[in-house]
Amino acid sequence: MTALRRGVLALAAPVLAFVVAAVVTSVVLLGTGDSPAEFWQVLLTVPAGRNIVNMVNFAAILYLSGLAAAIGFRMNLFNIGVEGQYRVATFAGALFAGQAFLPGALNTVASVLVAMAAGAAWAGIAGVLRVTRGVSEVISTIMLNAIALSLVAYLLRRVGNRIGQTIETDEIPSNAWVPGFSLVPGETAELYGLALLAVVAGVGFAVVLNRTRFGFELRATGYSESAAIASGVDVKRMVLYSMLLSGAVAGLIGMPELFGASHAYGSTIQTGIGFTGIAVALLGRNTPLGIAVGALIFAYLAQQASPLGITAGISPEIILVTQGVVVLSVVIAYEVVSRYRSRLEQSAVAAALEAERRHEEVAA
Amino acid sequence: MSRTTAAPAGRLAVSLHRIGKRFPGVVANHDVSFEVRQGTVHALVGENGAGKSTLMKILYGVHKPDEGTIEINAERVSFSSPTDAIGHGVGMVFQHFQLADNLTVLENVVLGAEKRHGIADAARAEIGRISTAYGFELDPDELVETLGVGERQRVEILKVLYRGASIIILDEPTAVLVPQEVEALFANLRELKREGNTLIFISHKLDEVLAIADEITVLRRGTSVATVLPGEVTSHDLAELMVGAELPSPSTEESTVTDDVILDVAGLTVSDAHGRPELADVSCTIRAGEVLGIAGVEGNGQTELVEAILGIRKALAGTITLAGADVSTWGTRRRRAAGVGYIPEDRQRHGLLLDAPLWENRVLGHQTRAPSSRGIWLDRRGARADAQRIVTDYDVRTPGIDTAARALSGGNQQKFIVGREMSGEPVLLVASHPTRGVDVGAQAAIWDHIRAARRRGLAVLLISADLDELIGLSDSIRVILRGRLVGEFDPQTVTPQQLGSAMTGASERTEEPV
Amino acid sequence: MSTMAPAPTEHPAGQAAQRRTSGRLSRGGRLWLYALAVLVALSLARVVTGADDLTSAGTLRAAIIAAIPIALAGLGGLWSERAGVVNIGLEGMMILGTLGAGYYTYYQGVWIGLLGAIMFGAIGGALHALATVVFAVDHIVSGVAINIIAAGVAAFLAEVFFADLAGGGATQSPSLAQPPSITVPGIAGWSDDLADRGWFVVSDLAGLVNALTADVSSFTVLALALIAGTGWVLWHTGFGLRLRSCGEAPTSAETLGINVYRYKFVAVTVSGMFAGFGGCYLALVASSGYANGQTGGRGYIGLAAMIFGNWSPGGLLSGSLLFGFTEGARLRSGGESVHALLLVVALGLLVLAGWQIWKGHRTAAVLSAAVGAAALWWYLVTDTIPGDFTEMTPYVTTLLVLALASQRLRMPAADGQRYRRGQAG
Repeated sequence: MTALRRGVLALAAPVLAFVVAAVVTSVVLLGTGDSPAEFWQVLLTVPAGRNIVNMVNFAAILYLSGLAAAIGFRMNLFNIGVEGQYRVATFAGALFAGQAFLPGALNTVASVLVAMAAGAAWAGIAGVLRVTRGVSEVISTIMLNAIALSLVAYLLRRVGNRIGQTIETDEIPSNAWVPGFSLVPGETAELYGLALLAVVAGVGFAVVLNRTRFGFELRATGYSESAAIASGVDVKRMVLYSMLLSGAVAGLIGMPELFGASHAYGSTIQTGIGFTGIAVALLGRNTPLGIAVGALIFAYLAQQASPLGITAGISPEIILVTQGVVVLSVVIAYEVVSRYRSRLEQSAVAAALEAERRHEEVAA
Repeated sequence: MSRTTAAPAGRLAVSLHRIGKRFPGVVANHDVSFEVRQGTVHALVGENGAGKSTLMKILYGVHKPDEGTIEINAERVSFSSPTDAIGHGVGMVFQHFQLADNLTVLENVVLGAEKRHGIADAARAEIGRISTAYGFELDPDELVETLGVGERQRVEILKVLYRGASIIILDEPTAVLVPQEVEALFANLRELKREGNTLIFISHKLDEVLAIADEITVLRRGTSVATVLPGEVTSHDLAELMVGAELPSPSTEESTVTDDVILDVAGLTVSDAHGRPELADVSCTIRAGEVLGIAGVEGNGQTELVEAILGIRKALAGTITLAGADVSTWGTRRRRAAGVGYIPEDRQRHGLLLDAPLWENRVLGHQTRAPSSRGIWLDRRGARADAQRIVTDYDVRTPGIDTAARALSGGNQQKFIVGREMSGEPVLLVASHPTRGVDVGAQAAIWDHIRAARRRGLAVLLISADLDELIGLSDSIRVILRGRLVGEFDPQTVTPQQLGSAMTGASERTEEPV
Repeated sequence: MSTMAPAPTEHPAGQAAQRRTSGRLSRGGRLWLYALAVLVALSLARVVTGADDLTSAGTLRAAIIAAIPIALAGLGGLWSERAGVVNIGLEGMMILGTLGAGYYTYYQGVWIGLLGAIMFGAIGGALHALATVVFAVDHIVSGVAINIIAAGVAAFLAEVFFADLAGGGATQSPSLAQPPSITVPGIAGWSDDLADRGWFVVSDLAGLVNALTADVSSFTVLALALIAGTGWVLWHTGFGLRLRSCGEAPTSAETLGINVYRYKFVAVTVSGMFAGFGGCYLALVASSGYANGQTGGRGYIGLAAMIFGNWSPGGLLSGSLLFGFTEGARLRSGGESVHALLLVVALGLLVLAGWQIWKGHRTAAVLSAAVGAAALWWYLVTDTIPGDFTEMTPYVTTLLVLALASQRLRMPAADGQRYRRGQAG
């Protein structure tokens, strides 16, 4: 199959999914008496410089979230607990950084590591339950999400400082803050310094997945668990490592915002990122590049949708509907396209072999 | 063993005319025509991949033909599902039994035919009646999970009779039976024929076909080649019609067995999750240059033996020694890295990543060693180069090494697997049904590779249901029955009947030592 | 020269058959024994800890109300998985149910509200069926996607429906009517008296009787009838046999002329309908209307109940009652009751550890003993349990239940398989 054809097929599914989502969204809006035209107008206006920066920041955060989910998804391990792992990790990281046991940049680095460890540990609970007792990680990670919310709320109440209506952990000393940098010239809003973690993590993911033995075994387990076992992969160990790694990356999600803007964990922390990350991972087909594109698109949608309430009188929640429909359509579309591609390949193989045979008969 | 010499007369039960069927990338049937007379046993023979199963699935309504017509009892029909076929009195007993383990015999039989006798007592009575009439001895309330192979086959036949089938298709019914059970089946079939039923019998076992059939149709490469009477042909004639060329024959050659013990299994015991023994006190030895064949009916512990040797399944007791080292506690990866090659019984589930390209499949099972890896890194170039080498050396028909494994035919997939497992100089090859579902050409090639490797000193554990393969390739044969090794035979002198007796434990005479 | 060894005579298949029939006979009896044991244990805990509300009629009533939504979700899961499709999207379908109930009940009353909830749930179910049955998408991925859609749809439509209504808001509906309750005249009176006496076991039993006969929602009766009905349909009708065959051996069913796609599609849609009913119950009986996020993971807890119940209606009901009880106890007297429950759990785990040692499962026994000891220590060291922790009760219970559930669970053989036609033979 030619590279062009392969490329077209790869894009066909997401494009199809967005078309379907666009249609469904418009229909829903019509049904509730809102105007699809106004919706599209708001959504498609060119964003201001400040909004672009916010978008890229959010995209980086979504990327990390998607990556965390994708690590598991690549081996058919469904870590739905990214949200809980992100909360636990960010809390742990903020708490540690706030105590300032170490000076300056050391504090930052150590805190990030603490966050990763906390995220990994929380995910590890589900991994251990799966490996030792066969508990479905789908249910256990979701339960752990809920437990995490209550647990962090309790701990925050115990160790946090009440500031007006909110409670926050001790503020991180300014010498541990990570400076941002200017993305759009002339704009004061900056890209979080730690947003670069997304790039690092993405490259790391790509390298590990495609060029290391561990990555091969991870993908093999995702292709066919029975074949992986026969080839010597210790699936139980794989499940555990995968969950730990997934949790560790989830631990990074809150870091850019923590060290770049809020400097403390508070009850106003952004929620739902874990779930959006799952959607982004599915949209990007669990590949490093695909997730990046997915994250950018979802960040764009989220950013552009926020003024919907004011400018068009449409509840911004509609964008959640769009996102949801995109996810469902894309997984269906991927399935259809991959089956079609398989059939094409089989026909191509048969045709090539037939031609070869005829060539042999002539030569003989 | 009787052979009819006169052509049976009577109405036509089934008439197929110029049937054709295509799937993406493959032509399964083209221009197939033959007729089956009512009250006869009509055999359909051909090698693996000749299109027999597809043709019968068309007759049973699972597939629709692209070309051609079907007539049942002289009436033209067009089936769009098995329900239509069942409605016309056609029933099919599949090669791979289609039974739900967690349901009872009754539930399996009435499924889809609940309207006939309900799903309770009336159905129970009817099943009892059929079972008694043909001597099946089946208890309607027993879970299918607990039944043996022969019993399950009888449930399949009962299913078909329960629905009032008078035209019964049997797809390779003797593939999982030993010679004694085959005779029992044939007795059942003759009884069915006497009652006026029509039987279509698919097989590639020519001796059996000549014993039971009234008429034989030969398929080759998807088309019907000839229809003959058993009295007019020998099995050799049939084989030539099937293959159209020289038959490969497993032949024996000079012994290459050395004195170096490569594999030593002692007292191996394996149980399942409920504590029931699947392997009990199994001991055997394989030397360099020796092929040890294990014969046995499916489900007697072969799979467990293979998995225990590879480390996929934990043993309760016993030791396994590989080239002098005790590997009993080693994991699968370590054993494979130590030089154990594995040709799995089910290549699609255990031997290949179907949706991955061929070169990545080269890495599978060998991801800790060159040429596929260097330390923690994957050596893509090394893997690709070696994949290419395998494709060339083992005559794997594929457009390239980036093709997904799924796109290759069964025979080529198997050749690739054999090539992969022979690479890296293994000391032990565990080959489980290595030529199952493989066309004759690939089968011969695989046998040649195994013999060549044996000459170079490879030790081989060969598990097979093909008695000819076992007799032809092995230096010694042992029989496995209910988890124990119960007999040792010399392939030069043993007959399929002797093996069959050992495989069922139905030996009445005692052997005299020679 | 050949050698022969004597052939083994044991036949493992026969033993299995024996085990099966003996298991069937005493299963009903064993369930009654467990129920009695639980009652005695709880009564004991009540007397020892002084947490009088632990087994009061009020708590048990709350337990039933908490259990029913979980049971309905589990029932939905049962229908789907018995046909071979894993339905993680139950949570989303339940959310759609709460929304439908909120909207339709406000304008048309509880019974139309119920129909509306079921319809909304059915739409969710049909979407999941479309993805998994028609397109053979991975079941879990589809379920997760449905949950995302449902959450978004509910958040959006809630604002559209309720923001402008008096008593409502962007995230909740106004207070809604409740379905009628039923009270059995004679029994309700004396059982209430007896329950107040505080006698060991007798009063607790009376409390149970009272909870079942006084002020019982008609929706509860309907739900219980549906659970019993499911048992009858799936195991005593031809339709149920075919549906179960799709979950056990779909290729076999196909060869027998059964349209597997159709049965799976119906099963998954019905599964959505039950989840929708569960959502309706949640909104109208367990709460006073629709609120964003009110399902709180019950869809998943329902699945856990189904697994705990070994994919049978009776089992899933007992599992739901277990979760419902912990939830009911928490709602009524929060910290105190959950604290008492801690004692029950601790002792239960220690007993389990003993039984596991006797059976020879050492690692499991160590685990049970460790958790049991930790729970006991926590009980002794504290007087009550802080609110944040009692909130976790259903989720921790789910984890515990799943972790401890016996290995002898048997799910439908083809559950979760991506099925495509034409693979037989």
